[in-house]
Amino acid sequence: MSTIQPLAGQDEQHPDVALVSRVRAGDLSAYDTLVRKYERQLFRIAQHITQNREDAEDVMQDAFLKAYEKLDQFQGNSKFYTWLVRIAVNESLMRLRKRRTGRVVSMDEDVQTEEGSVPRDFADWAPNPEQNYNQSELAEILKKTIQGLPQGFRVVFVLRDVDGLSTEETAEALGLSVPAVKSRLLRARLQLRERLSRYFKRKTPPVSQATAAPQGNGPMGNGVEA
Amino acid sequence: MTCTEFLAILDDVIDESIAAETRAEIEVHLRKCGHCEVVLDTTRKTIEIYRCHEIYELPTEVSERLHVAIMTKCKKA
Repeated sequence: MSTIQPLAGQDEQHPDVALVSRVRAGDLSAYDTLVRKYERQLFRIAQHITQNREDAEDVMQDAFLKAYEKLDQFQGNSKFYTWLVRIAVNESLMRLRKRRTGRVVSMDEDVQTEEGSVPRDFADWAPNPEQNYNQSELAEILKKTIQGLPQGFRVVFVLRDVDGLSTEETAEALGLSVPAVKSRLLRARLQLRERLSRYFKRKTPPVSQATAAPQGNGPMGNGVEA
Repeated sequence: MTCTEFLAILDDVIDESIAAETRAEIEVHLRKCGHCEVVLDTTRKTIEIYRCHEIYELPTEVSERLHVAIMTKCKKA
C-alpha cells in the first residue's frame, strides 16, 4: 500500500518517486529537497489565487506541511508535483474563503462569461515589445493584465503555460475535466493577448510621416497606458 | 478553413498537436488571412512573455525563512 508504483506505461521512475520513498522511510532531508524544488512554483500558484503575498506565504507553508503529513495518501499514480499543486490550490481557496467570510469561493467563479472569447484587436505587435518597457513597468503590466482574468482562467493559464503541466495534469490538479481546462485555456490565452495588445501593438505612423521621418525618430510610443 | 475553424484549434496549433493534413490547411488559411496570422503570433508571444518573466518573485531571504519554517514544522509533525 505504501509502495509507490511508477506511472503506468513509463519505464523510468520520476526522480520524485525515489525522494518520496526516502521521506516515507524517515529521511527528512529528502523532503527538504522536494520543498526546495517546488517552493517557488507553489508560492506563484498561491499568489495567483489569493492575490495576497502574506496569504501566499502561509499557503505555501501549510501546503508543504499538509503534504508531508498526508504523504501516505499519495498513491504515485500521478506526479508528486500535481498532487502537491492540488493541495496548494485547496489551501489557497480555503484562505480566500476565510478572507471573504460568507462568500463562496471556487475555481468556477466568473468563468461563465463569453467575454474575450473572440479576438477583436488584430494589430500586430512591435518586435520584442517587452523591450519597450523597463523591468518594473513590464512586471506591472503583466501583473495587472493577468489579475484582470477570472480566477479559474488565470490558474489554468499559469499551470499549463507557465508551469508547463499537461492538460491532463492541470485538470487533475484543479479537479476539472479535460474539456473544461481546454476551454478555459483558450479563453485565458485570448483574453491576455487582447489586453496585452494595448501595450505591445506596433504603433504605425501615417504613411506621409513614415516616409518623411525614417529611422531614429520613430513613433514607437512606449509609455505605460494609464 | 474559416477563421472560426482556425480559432477552434488555435490551442492545438500553439501546442503543436496538429495532424499533418490539418497543418497544411492551416498554412493555406494563414497565407490568406492576416488577422488569424496576427492572433496566432501574438498569442504565442503572450505565452512566451509570461513564461520568461516571473511576476511574483520570491526573494532568497524570504524563501530561506519560509523553508526553515516548513522544515521545522515537519520535524515536529
